[in-house]
Amino acid sequence: MMRARDHYQQVVKHTPFHARTSAANTLNLWHRWRDYTVSDAYFDVSLEYTALRNACAVFDLSPMTKHRIEGPDALAFLDRLVTRDLSTLAPGRVAYCVWCDDRGQVIDDGTIFHLSQGVYRLCSQERQLEWLARSALGFDVTLTEETHEVAALALQGPTSAAVLKRLGLAGIATLKPFAMATFVLGPTSLLVSRTGFTGDLGYELWIDPAHAEYLWDRLFEAGELHGLKPMGTHALDMARIEAGFIQAGVDFLPADRAVRTDRTRSPLELDLAWLVDFKKAHFNGRGALLREHERGSRYRLVRLDVEGNKPAKDAYVYDDRRRVIGAVTSSVWSPMTKASIALASVAQPWGRPEETLWAEIYYQKELKWGRANARCRVVPGPFFDPPRRRQTPPADF
Amino acid sequence: MTDTPPVVVIGAGHNGLVAAAYLARAGRRVIVLEASDDLGGTAVTRALMPGVRAPVVAHLAPLLDPRVLKDLALARHGLVFARTQLRSVALNPAGEALVLDDEHILSGPVGAADHDAYVRFSAKMRRFADVLGAQYGRAPPRLAWDRWRDAWPAARLGLDIRRLGREDMREFLRIVTMAIHDLVNEYFDSDLLKGAIVADALWGTKLGSRSGNTVFTYLHRLSGQARELGVALPRGGMGAITEALASSAREAGVDIRVSSRVRKINVSAGRISGVVLESGEVVPAATVLSSADPKQTLLALLGARHLDVELAQRVHHARGTGTTAKLNLVLDGLPRFLGVSEVDLGERLLLSPSSLYADEAFNPAKYREYSRAPIMEITVPTVHDHSLAPTDCHVLSAIVQYAPHDLEGGWAQARASFEIMLLETLERHAPGIRQQLRHSQLLTPEDLERDFHVTGGHWHQLELSLDQALMLRPVAGLAQYRMPVEGLYLCGAGAHPGGGVMGTAGRNAARVVLEDGA
Repeated sequence: MMRARDHYQQVVKHTPFHARTSAANTLNLWHRWRDYTVSDAYFDVSLEYTALRNACAVFDLSPMTKHRIEGPDALAFLDRLVTRDLSTLAPGRVAYCVWCDDRGQVIDDGTIFHLSQGVYRLCSQERQLEWLARSALGFDVTLTEETHEVAALALQGPTSAAVLKRLGLAGIATLKPFAMATFVLGPTSLLVSRTGFTGDLGYELWIDPAHAEYLWDRLFEAGELHGLKPMGTHALDMARIEAGFIQAGVDFLPADRAVRTDRTRSPLELDLAWLVDFKKAHFNGRGALLREHERGSRYRLVRLDVEGNKPAKDAYVYDDRRRVIGAVTSSVWSPMTKASIALASVAQPWGRPEETLWAEIYYQKELKWGRANARCRVVPGPFFDPPRRRQTPPADF
Repeated sequence: MTDTPPVVVIGAGHNGLVAAAYLARAGRRVIVLEASDDLGGTAVTRALMPGVRAPVVAHLAPLLDPRVLKDLALARHGLVFARTQLRSVALNPAGEALVLDDEHILSGPVGAADHDAYVRFSAKMRRFADVLGAQYGRAPPRLAWDRWRDAWPAARLGLDIRRLGREDMREFLRIVTMAIHDLVNEYFDSDLLKGAIVADALWGTKLGSRSGNTVFTYLHRLSGQARELGVALPRGGMGAITEALASSAREAGVDIRVSSRVRKINVSAGRISGVVLESGEVVPAATVLSSADPKQTLLALLGARHLDVELAQRVHHARGTGTTAKLNLVLDGLPRFLGVSEVDLGERLLLSPSSLYADEAFNPAKYREYSRAPIMEITVPTVHDHSLAPTDCHVLSAIVQYAPHDLEGGWAQARASFEIMLLETLERHAPGIRQQLRHSQLLTPEDLERDFHVTGGHWHQLELSLDQALMLRPVAGLAQYRMPVEGLYLCGAGAHPGGGVMGTAGRNAARVVLEDGA
């Protein structure tokens, strides 16, 4: 056991599941996510992805930054922080949100859990404690970062509900999307939310780190006949692009990290206008977003169906007259839709639904570079959005 | 009158009344809500003891906006000046006092070179001050704009500086951020002269003569456009200004309600919907102008939740720690200041014998202590104005620095010893003054905060320096009088161009409101 004062000797932490994830990581592939080391892949990216879409897969979510927000003004504070109206978020519900700086540019996105009356948890990819603290002027709230105090797994895929049922979580089938419930699990309690980053049927499991390994073991016992596999970040990334989910630092630059002011994006420019509620009380960046709403945005996030089978990694996007109008931010060959798909940021007015654009793709075959100009179709909705994602109760597989 | 909700002005100080009067004259229905039992804000005349009244806070009007005087017909509403063009008398602990006006040294123990240098210095400073003064009568330049007409004030500022000519433009840009101490050392030999000049850069600020920015604060003081008045003493004390303003405002239909402290500014559907008084009464309004200080207006009355985060932080961190105290004395007969003739006793007496003295007076304020050798600006208004007191009795009014609002240990236990020290200091310059004393009133910044509702008890609501002036007053992004919540405006000294009983902020704000059609 390390003494507290020697904490600096371990720069990157192990997650509470590390004993299990390292045993399962036959490829020994790791990368750093904030304070932790996590698996890129465990045994084969394609097979992990296949497990996710055809059975179910577990992803170690523990490094996700978690903040607890409580106190008399917790709701008012959060409602001022994010662009979405939270006044209707009942206890036991979860909401996907973005928050902006004063210029209406997105700092980060994340989920807000209404844990119990007036007590909230904000989960985000980036650390937000400083921004939350600056935002707290004039509010009676207590802010706590609890990243290290909560271990988390994402259990995603069509058989995930069946696995949880087998785990003994009575009533899991009635849990609706973006709802959460607490269950007894052996010696401890388990918070389950029907949320995820895959666009599929799936759950996120939140537990005391002391019981993390117990959860992992019970889950794999219960999942044995349901095709449960561990899944690393690479497979998750394929799934989130298929679902059309954006990622901080990839599809947009967090506004608090930007040096160049034209590099950031507003929620309206990230196809998140549905999250912006101008009718609710003041929220940060409202004035700037209202002006943008009235005068028009600079950019548009588009989903592209790219002709051919080459992922349009980092490709420039052109219009019909060979003008550069933007660039791809995320791309992948999508096994589910059998298409090369991409998220791209293009200048307005381009990027209207069904518009034809072009991606300039550079690719290498046996060290020889080739170039393709691939026709792209602007897809109006997500690439992959199966009914099972929302179906309650979920079908039993 | 019409059914449309009235315009509410918070605070019946000079700026609130000026704004109200302009708006009423333009046809608006205006209600002024004042927290205190009397109107006037810090430009008031109040009784010190039966039969004796005094300008208890501000005591001179060096900056009163001549357009306000004229537009609002203050003369017709009873404003008379007992004296204009007051001279400065630098008290000399070693002998004869130094007497000067805005252009010349009139008498005193200084050499011929200093006489000439003062003529050059004062002419140049007036020229530079006019560049600032020209910016004061309009909303300040914007740092960013998306309408070309908003670029005009910035262009005008540049043009005004450029029009000084090559030499003076360079000189202006060289000195504007300097410490006044270094500038006076370039011109003068006499410590007494230097002390008198630097003191005028320091009144109301939390700055010493060796602080940067003090050339700017000196120019700010000179920038008043009322050259024909100079430093003026209203008959009946400073309250005469606000009473004339109130009379002018009432004539235009303004409803002024005292003892009506605003507790909250209401917002609904993203815009102002009215104010709530301490009594619980709600006054509906679509337009609210606040002459209260920006922190009180935006953080206490409106609430940070109605503002963006970084903006609220800028307001929160705006500097406004008062260091100025006020001492008001009632004396049996005229005080006798050493080296000062009876004729000069009615002028503006400055206790600041050298620039280093003034800077050292400031030092303790940095460490939350009060000055033990303070600087003072002293007037004896009853020399010119016996409406304030019976003839056998005189009022001495002194602005005293430095007395920090955030005094270590608090003012409750320090105020008695501070007051004794001030009287001892006066005694050294006016022997026998303590035997003449009938009554004494000390107002620390803590008292100013409590009795006059100014956060931090700051003389100018917010510190006056280049980082909180022009397009940065009160903070970047709020300098155009319009606040981010539609219908709310700032119209007090915390807005451009700042403090000093000018009325210019109130006038500018009213013009912006009218321009908005609010």
